[in-house]
Amino acid sequence: MLKITNLQKTFNPGTINEKVALDGLNLHLKDGDFVTVIGGNGAGKSTLLNAICGVWKPDFGTIEIGGVDVSHMPEHKRAQFLGRVFQDPMKGTAPDMEIVENLAIAARRGTRRKLIPGVRKAEREEYRQLLKTLDLGLEDRLTTKMGLLSGGQRQAVTLLMASLKRPKLLLLDEHTAALDPKTAAKVLELTNRIVTENKLTTLMITHNMKDAITYGNRLIMLCDGHIVVDVEGEEKQMLTVEDLLNMFVRASGKVFANDRAILSR
Amino acid sequence: MAFLYALPGAVAEGLIWGLMAIGVYISYKILDIADLTVDGSICTGACICAVLLALGVPAWLSIIIAFAAGALSGVVTGLLHTALGIPSILAGILTQLMLYSVNLFILGGKSLMAIDPRANDLLVHMSNNNGSILSATIIVAVVIVALRLFFYTEVGLTLKSTGDNPDMSRAQGVDVSFNKVLGLAIANGIVALAGALLAQYKGSANINDGKGAIVIGLAAIFIGLSVSMKIKPNFVVSLIGVIGGGIVYYIVYNFVILMGLKTDYLKMLSAIIVALFLAVPYLKSEYFSKPLPAHGSAAKANHAGGDADA
Repeated sequence: MLKITNLQKTFNPGTINEKVALDGLNLHLKDGDFVTVIGGNGAGKSTLLNAICGVWKPDFGTIEIGGVDVSHMPEHKRAQFLGRVFQDPMKGTAPDMEIVENLAIAARRGTRRKLIPGVRKAEREEYRQLLKTLDLGLEDRLTTKMGLLSGGQRQAVTLLMASLKRPKLLLLDEHTAALDPKTAAKVLELTNRIVTENKLTTLMITHNMKDAITYGNRLIMLCDGHIVVDVEGEEKQMLTVEDLLNMFVRASGKVFANDRAILSR
Repeated sequence: MAFLYALPGAVAEGLIWGLMAIGVYISYKILDIADLTVDGSICTGACICAVLLALGVPAWLSIIIAFAAGALSGVVTGLLHTALGIPSILAGILTQLMLYSVNLFILGGKSLMAIDPRANDLLVHMSNNNGSILSATIIVAVVIVALRLFFYTEVGLTLKSTGDNPDMSRAQGVDVSFNKVLGLAIANGIVALAGALLAQYKGSANINDGKGAIVIGLAAIFIGLSVSMKIKPNFVVSLIGVIGGGIVYYIVYNFVILMGLKTDYLKMLSAIIVALFLAVPYLKSEYFSKPLPAHGSAAKANHAGGDADA
């Protein structure tokens, strides 16, 4: 479903701030893979996701989604294949627009938008049912401005928006990191439900090692812009956080350093 | 008494400036771009209208052509910004400067062109204020209805989201660059349409028409929204509020003139009004917001730290 070949990206090349963010990264995701991604500070996790989304062009390498080479596609064109949830709850929705309008915009991702009404009547009922499944009481607040919702509510709606039009690949960039622990757990459960129910191919960055082990069928660990640990299936289910840290040291020769991961252990 | 006599004129002219302010509302409020093209495109509308009327083109057709010309100038600003990467505020200034030359060209090198109200069947003219108010109200209503319909289409919604959250828009497959160009085209089209009406109302087009139009537009927006947001914060009420803001601005303007203030100083007054409106939200948050009780916020911080072990 996703095939990344020899992806290379250096920020500020030739300056004192030069930073090799992706160093010949290769990654192949099968249809329905739910992959959790962990790694230290500056390991290239977000850079990897941004490269897939097309936020900027990589220096080298190719990205294929569902057999289509998207390496040279602008961000808004790639969006037809991708569902995205950002770390910042403010980033995923339009705050000054209604919940139902946000959903309607997402439902048309990848289609040619026309000069016909932006929200059809039948859609409202459909969205009401969908919002009901979130169990956040949003089904009665269809016309509420998105900006009035809490961070957790926004991330939940953003998840709906990302999966409303079935994406070939769902990208989650530490989407629970900005939430309080209780809300984070709820949003994570919701994520798991949406991903498994729809059998979505998913890349989820997380700073929480336990979550990385609990969720998904495969786990990759990044260091210095490439993958240093890649485990799946039963082997992954058996992992402990200690195992992961040891694997990291063995593979990279460094001590695992991620501010958030350390704080949350 | 003199003030009452001046009132119908102030309302008619205020309606036209309110229409212009709706154009500014689209760029400034919806697209979140401070578009300075406006000072030029309003004059372009006026010049084109004057020339077309002199050629015998009907008044209604001349304002539609003025709209198209304004839209084109919006496209230029949009492309300077999106295709060439020039910051939007500078892109607007550059187009505004270009338009000065364009406008002189349209007027055939002269700085003033008169419109003969007897030779043309004008939509609005200061000799008939009641008629002007009626025509201007109809045009304003048509524009508001058209915008209401457009901004609630599939395309229109993405235009709103483009200004509201460009990151989200791109992630949902919206071509943000295209939308900015489209939005600036609509905005400047409306501004030029208002310029054309203004030329008809005053009976002339002047190369200096429209200097500071953006400031008048912003003043109308702030005055209007300060009232309409309290009544009902929806799209149509906001637009009607902006029109009302334009009318209030022109009533105040006429009042101040009657009080004996020299017209030379009016631009200073407009700028001060807008500066105050722009400053109020900042001053409020900086000096008048209540600090969180120290006890409460400390407890919160502890709570977050203690619970991070998830």
